[in-house]
Amino acid sequence: MKLKNIVADLKIYSRNYMRSTTAIFFVFIFPLILMLLFGSIFSGSTTSAVPLYVQNLDTSGNMSNTFIETLNSTHFVDIHMIPDNVNIQAYISQHSITAALLIPANFTSDYSQGQHISLTYYNNPAVSTSSVAQQAISVTVQLFNSHFANNNQTVSVASTSVTTHAANYIDFLIPGLIGLVILTSPMFSMTYIVSSYKKDKIFRQLSLTPLTKSEWFLSKFIWYLIISALSAIMIIAVGTLLFHSTLSISLLVIPFLVVGVFMFTSLGILAGSVSRSEESASVIGNIITFPMMFLSGTFFPIAIMPSWLQSFAHVLPLFYIIDGLNSVTIYSNYSSATLDLAVSIAVAAVIFVFTVLKFSWKEQ
Amino acid sequence: MDPQHAITAENIHKSYAAIKAVNGISFIVYKGEVFSFLGPNGAGKTTTVEMLEGIRKADSGRINVLGEDPWHSAIKLRDRVGIMPQDFRFIERITPKEAIRYYCSLFGMPDKSSELLELVELSEVQDVYFQNLSGGQKQKVGICLALVNDPELVFLDEPTTGLDPKARRKIWDLIRKLKSEGRTVILTTHYLEEAQMLADRVAIMDHGRIIVEGSPADIIQKMGKGRKLIVQYTEELFRHLSEVLGLECSRSGDSLSVTVHSNRDVMDVLEFADRSRIELTSLSLKEDTLEDIFVDLVTEQEESQ
Repeated sequence: MKLKNIVADLKIYSRNYMRSTTAIFFVFIFPLILMLLFGSIFSGSTTSAVPLYVQNLDTSGNMSNTFIETLNSTHFVDIHMIPDNVNIQAYISQHSITAALLIPANFTSDYSQGQHISLTYYNNPAVSTSSVAQQAISVTVQLFNSHFANNNQTVSVASTSVTTHAANYIDFLIPGLIGLVILTSPMFSMTYIVSSYKKDKIFRQLSLTPLTKSEWFLSKFIWYLIISALSAIMIIAVGTLLFHSTLSISLLVIPFLVVGVFMFTSLGILAGSVSRSEESASVIGNIITFPMMFLSGTFFPIAIMPSWLQSFAHVLPLFYIIDGLNSVTIYSNYSSATLDLAVSIAVAAVIFVFTVLKFSWKEQ
Repeated sequence: MDPQHAITAENIHKSYAAIKAVNGISFIVYKGEVFSFLGPNGAGKTTTVEMLEGIRKADSGRINVLGEDPWHSAIKLRDRVGIMPQDFRFIERITPKEAIRYYCSLFGMPDKSSELLELVELSEVQDVYFQNLSGGQKQKVGICLALVNDPELVFLDEPTTGLDPKARRKIWDLIRKLKSEGRTVILTTHYLEEAQMLADRVAIMDHGRIIVEGSPADIIQKMGKGRKLIVQYTEELFRHLSEVLGLECSRSGDSLSVTVHSNRDVMDVLEFADRSRIELTSLSLKEDTLEDIFVDLVTEQEESQ
């Protein structure tokens, strides 16, 4: 492998790329438009049940169960129980939970003695669904107080943010948009480039020069890494300056950028390689890209999706990149990020192996 | 391999599913000559040339290009061979100058863009994107890229297709120049007069076989049907020459073409016209061209299939 060849190819490819207004639009303008659009649309409520994690430390009492049943009957929340023997904050962090309610151990006894009971609500204000859960809890508390406590304010709720800083929706959108750029910039281009190079026999042409397939691949990977990084910097800058994002950006974003660009550059080449024409390449590219674009937690958390769709999201490679970026930038949950990175590396490796097998410059 | 041989091919076969594209052909190309493959569409020319270029793998047979097997030693041959494929295409928004510079850096050559652009008269459009060039200009970029590495052996697959007459002549001059520099040129073309004019030897292919091979002059001499006398058509002339003198006549519009075997045949035609008071308004004598032989050969092949 020669650095000189990689540089020569990178030079020619970047020139061709920068002269394409479509490519520039999708990498730099499109994410900005989405940021403006989704930033304003996702301001509040949703009508479907949102997930709420509940830890009930009042193991012997029945009033806490009544409270949970009342909460459940609002149909605003989908209740998941947290085991009573774990630390709720650690559990929230490990599972990147955005809404959780802690019911104290003495709930039933305090209730019977007419003493004040304080519930703790852990939530992430960045996620719009957490306000839905909060409203459901407030309604339940009011119902509970009026029916069971004769309108005495026996039960009350205190809110605690589960993130390390006060987040807002834009903080959730930024990692999603970075994920979007990591996905779309190599995917769309490579699918098109590979199928059109095949049709125009440009690969055959290149196979007659000292440039190797690995050098060609590496120059594309480097190029998409550069423009995805630039686009990510732009997204963060605009989000910070215009939308006052307070995201904690760390160097740990870089591994996701590298693995993601490698994965989708390979996948784009693979999609272009297996398709027989430019038209079928575009169809295959879109079939792969669009579901991933919307169902991987790019614009909204997958928690609000029906459970079957959530299971589907877990097989999408972009999900792990975005989940990892969220874990790093929003939750500072590094164990979850490490797992996401490990899954991403494994998926990227599998895709790369298939790409190596299918991507050929020569015709038998 | 004989050091005078640039290419030797022995009994090469290539099939695509049930179609036999190349069916056991053998030939030799000598160093420094212009060798041309001719044949109708689907004759197997491009497949043959692609096997020689190392782009396609032969099913069986032996190919030797400059002492190497082109399929297995493609890397070794890359620096010694230049290839301009048929219907050359390149990266859309790259200029001819940038394309040549790119190739120069890949081949580790100094920047030859000005020299090559001048050679094919592309200097005026050196900064125009490839996608905005005319068909002929695109072909010329292909020729420049084939010459970047200063090759010993140059493959030109239909280099003049789609070019205007002036541009074609320029490419002919270039091919002559390549030959004068001692390079071997493999020329695939549809234009028979081009092959007749430029090629030292030609191979006419049909249905995957070489049906005739040799220098254009030899082929014409061996396979030509002699000279043709062309005069204006009259019913009387046609009937007399074919029925009384037994000469082979054919009508093409207003012209009558008479195959003559000797000067005596020519005199007979003229004498009959004189006796019959037919005023000849046109008269010409023409020898068979490579095209005539090509058409006859291909027609014969089709009829025998």
